[in-house]
Amino acid sequence: MIFMEKASAGMWRKIDTRYNLVASECEKCKTLYFPPRIICRTCGRETRMKPRKLSGRGKVHSYTTIRVPSEAFKELAPYTVGVIELEEGPKVEGHVLERGKKIEIGTKVSTVFRKMYVDGEEGLIHYHFKFEVV
Amino acid sequence: MREVAIIGVGLTRFGERWEHGLRDLMAEAGLNALNDANIESKDIEMLYGGIMASGRFVGQEHIAALLADQLGFKNVPAVRVENACASGGTALREGYITVASGIHDIVAVGGVEKMTDVTTSEATTALGGAGDQEWELAQGITFPGLYALMARRHMHEYGTTEEQMAAVAVKNHKNAVKNKYAQFKKEITIEDVMKSKPVADPLKVFDCSPISDGAAAIILAPLEMARKYNDTPIKIIASTQATDTLSLAERETLTALKATRIAGEKAYAQAKLKPKDIDVIEVHDCFTIAEILSMEDLGFYKKGKAAKAIADGETALNSSLSVNTSGGLKGCGHPVGATGVKQAVEVAMQLRGEAGDRQVNGAEIGMTHNVGGSGATAVVHIMKRAN
Repeated sequence: MIFMEKASAGMWRKIDTRYNLVASECEKCKTLYFPPRIICRTCGRETRMKPRKLSGRGKVHSYTTIRVPSEAFKELAPYTVGVIELEEGPKVEGHVLERGKKIEIGTKVSTVFRKMYVDGEEGLIHYHFKFEVV
Repeated sequence: MREVAIIGVGLTRFGERWEHGLRDLMAEAGLNALNDANIESKDIEMLYGGIMASGRFVGQEHIAALLADQLGFKNVPAVRVENACASGGTALREGYITVASGIHDIVAVGGVEKMTDVTTSEATTALGGAGDQEWELAQGITFPGLYALMARRHMHEYGTTEEQMAAVAVKNHKNAVKNKYAQFKKEITIEDVMKSKPVADPLKVFDCSPISDGAAAIILAPLEMARKYNDTPIKIIASTQATDTLSLAERETLTALKATRIAGEKAYAQAKLKPKDIDVIEVHDCFTIAEILSMEDLGFYKKGKAAKAIADGETALNSSLSVNTSGGLKGCGHPVGATGVKQAVEVAMQLRGEAGDRQVNGAEIGMTHNVGGSGATAVVHIMKRAN
């Protein structure tokens, strides 16, 4: 897993977003960004960002089952991922736990806190939000 | 701005080239281009090399200087261009800008990738870097996964079917059979695609372009000097590029590539042409759904109408518009850095009338469309035979 080890610092850096779904909202134009950004795409250097916690509720916009994974996810495959339209507006990609239910476009989901993958020889565990069918 | 022409083209055979490393593949394609232009290595003033992930695939960075040396371009400036799968198309555009500006006269553009020295999962990781590493790859979303998410949504919004997507692969394999440089020289059926192993539902192995080794090269010159080297120079009449968000979820829609639409509109404006004027086109069919999206986003079909048209044969060789006569990424192979350059080589050969069994009758105007990632970069070129 040579690749993911190098991503560790990046994973920890955005922990508030990855654990607590903290987005950024531009106070000037009210555009909400998830993942959060420094610069608003509309307001440029007039940007006034503030953090905003999202509910984690949304619906499936599209989905697929990954059967040929990258190195870090070999143990987990096959698994389902989707583009989720959050109720606050932004769309985000993530794992979808079907829990025995069939998912379709429009299926309602909500975030849960889960183990994502084990990193490097030391076995560092990365946690992340995933989506679960409501 | 000076007018710019292609005076030489060269390719290697694409596929599993166990016997050749990255530098040798580039040299093979480069030599073919030099011979085609009837020009000496010492006459090349600069090299742009499109390479996506040589660090990941073969552990080699600083690749432009290495390739310039191996090509015999002694001590010239050399620059690596990386825009994921659009590295080659972007390198061509940089070469075009350099010649058009007057800074250099004779510029070589190379594209190469050596992908088969690593395992499939290592290659999947490397290619995943074309998407958003923090929010897609680190979530286990592979590159086929991204296009699968687009395909599923396109099916939902427009009724596109898996069989219609399969028809793209069938057409491109049929064209590849006629191309001696192609990785796959075997026709396939809709049933073959439908029964192939699932990769990321609804995409199956035969919906996906392969992992390939290969290289492509082009020599550019100012149009006013071009006839000194070549009787049939190909004039580049549009060179455009656009970007979008790296991650799929942040885009306005999953069923269109905005970067393709913008680059296409700008290219038509630059060339003062319309989609109906194009006779032959190489589009970026990294997955079957990608060819459907490109035909819509480049204005050949209304949104939601391309899949049926392709399945009905409207884009087959010598039909109303000949699409991916080389076999495309699917049939000819997809050594990522080489692809954008290879597309231009194929169109140049078509416009010269040198495409053999896959020649498009009376091809006057050709187009190339090269995409990086899941659509964060799009590069479009339009070219015609110089009069």
